[in-house]
Parts: sequence; structure tokens; C-alpha cells
Amino acid sequence: MKCGILLFPGTWSHQDFAHVCQDVLGCDWGYVWHKETSLRGSDCLILPGGFAHGDYLRCGAIARFSPIMDAVVRFAREGGPVMGSCNGFQILCEAGLLPGALLRNTSLQYRCGWVHIRTESLETPFTRALTPAQVLKIPISHGEGRYHAAPETLARLKANDQIVFRYATPDGRITDQANPNGALENIAGICNEGRNVLGLMPHPERAAEAILGSEDGLGLFRGMLDAIAARPA
Amino acid sequence: MLEARIHVTLKPSVLDPQGDTVRSGLASLGFTTVEDCRIGKFMVLRLAESDPVRARAQVDEMCRKLLANPVIEDYVFELREVAG
Repeated sequence: MKCGILLFPGTWSHQDFAHVCQDVLGCDWGYVWHKETSLRGSDCLILPGGFAHGDYLRCGAIARFSPIMDAVVRFAREGGPVMGSCNGFQILCEAGLLPGALLRNTSLQYRCGWVHIRTESLETPFTRALTPAQVLKIPISHGEGRYHAAPETLARLKANDQIVFRYATPDGRITDQANPNGALENIAGICNEGRNVLGLMPHPERAAEAILGSEDGLGLFRGMLDAIAARPA
Repeated sequence: MLEARIHVTLKPSVLDPQGDTVRSGLASLGFTTVEDCRIGKFMVLRLAESDPVRARAQVDEMCRKLLANPVIEDYVFELREVAG
């Protein structure tokens, strides 16, 4: 199996990811249930959006203790490519694989719609196929997507080029109006220091076919598959 | 038997739009003395543990590992004796 799609009770975007893998990209994929302890030979991992474990206590707080997470943390520490979108991003933060946290949108409203994000770093397996400052049209769907980090964490993210995407206008300007949730410095996605773990609030799997309004999310998948192909077995 | 009463609150540096909205709701009801409002969580745990020192250490670990997220939240708790 190439692409392991994690499944928690309450995950909802897994079928969209599976559809992109199977019908758009034609790559191998399989679900990995949260109670399993093996990643079934996955070459890359996707943590989809949704409401894992009902988002009780905090988004991602309970999912972090699912039996599969030990294997996920090990895989990430060994350099395996991991992408968490939306709730997947929240889980990666709670699990300590990414710094910071995601808080209630400043508007207090659930935001569901198209946004634009500007690519801030090409130095991840997922963004290598993009161009510098490329603007992607991509949907969001979340109530708790306001990225927050302590000042020293933010400074480290900047120093290490770990800010991967920022909410922007269609022509790539970073403005308050383009920020759908009040995220710190319009941050929409970050990576870890090892650069192999990406978390982002938008949904690349819902922007993978022109008929659905955008295929700007496909670049992230292509980059991930290229990275797998290049990794020593 | 001991009971732990735990308060989890957002750190002062973290914006709390929910608290701000409640404050403006109170203001529109005429409670204009409210200068700030922060929303948090209150949890009550009953512990099969009678030693307060051990209980305190356990609850502190629970808060650090799960009940609060140290990136965004602070916590305080108190223990009290309850009928078993």
C-alpha cells in the first residue's frame, strides 16, 4: 500500500481522500483504523478532516491517544511523509508532531467555503511540485482553525521556514480580509522541523478536480507521491 | 474518597472571542461593570484514592497529559474529601 488514510470514529473526509488516490491519481491506498497498531506498510500517511472522537474536550485531544498513534509518531520521527488536513492538523498538534494549537474561529462561526492560500515554502515533500508564492484556490470547512503559537514558537517557525501556507487574496496579498478564522499571521499550514509532517486547515482533497471548482490541491498529492518514489525502501 | 475540582482556562495571552461575546451580552443586559470575561472548563473527578499527596500528583499529571493543553491553557484544581 502506498497511501495510508487514517480513520477515527468521526472522521469524515476519508472517502474524498480515497477518491482522489484511486480515481484521480490511480495510486494504491488503504484505510488504517485507529484501533490498529500497524500502518500496514504505508509509505505515506493522511490524517483526514472530521470530528475524531466527537472532538470532545478539545479537537484532536482524544484521537491522540488512539492505539495507532504510537505507530504514526514513530513513522513521522523516521521521516515518513504525513499530511494532516483540518481535524488531521488538529490531531498532529495535539500529538506534539507539530507546534502550536488550533482555536475557535474569531468569528465564532463555522466557516465553509473557498479561500486562497499562498505557498510560503517549497521545502516540504508536499509543496516541492509547486512554484514560489503560488496561490491555491482551496476550500475550508472548520469552526476551530485559528492557528495559535507562543511568540517564541512563532519565531522558531519563521527562522526554520516552517510556515508553509498563509491565507491570501486571489492575487497573493496577505490581508486580514483574506484570513477566514483569525489565524496568527494568516497561517494556514505549517510543517515540523524535519519538514516531513505537514498540517493545514484547508482541504486539498476537495480541490483535486476541475469539475469541482479547483484542482489546485493536486500538487500536494503529486509532491507526496514523488517523495515516496524517491525514498529509499 | 477524594474529589478533584479542576478549572481549565485559556492563557491570558490567548484571544477568547467567546468570552468577549458573553461580555458584550452582559453589557447589553445592563451589567456594565464586567470588564473582562473568559470562558473555561470545569471538571469534577472522583478518585479511588485516599492519599491527598498521591491524588495531587495524579491529577496534576492528568492535567498536563490530557485535560489541559499547555500550549493554550492553564489549569488549577482543588481536592476535597467526599463520602465514598
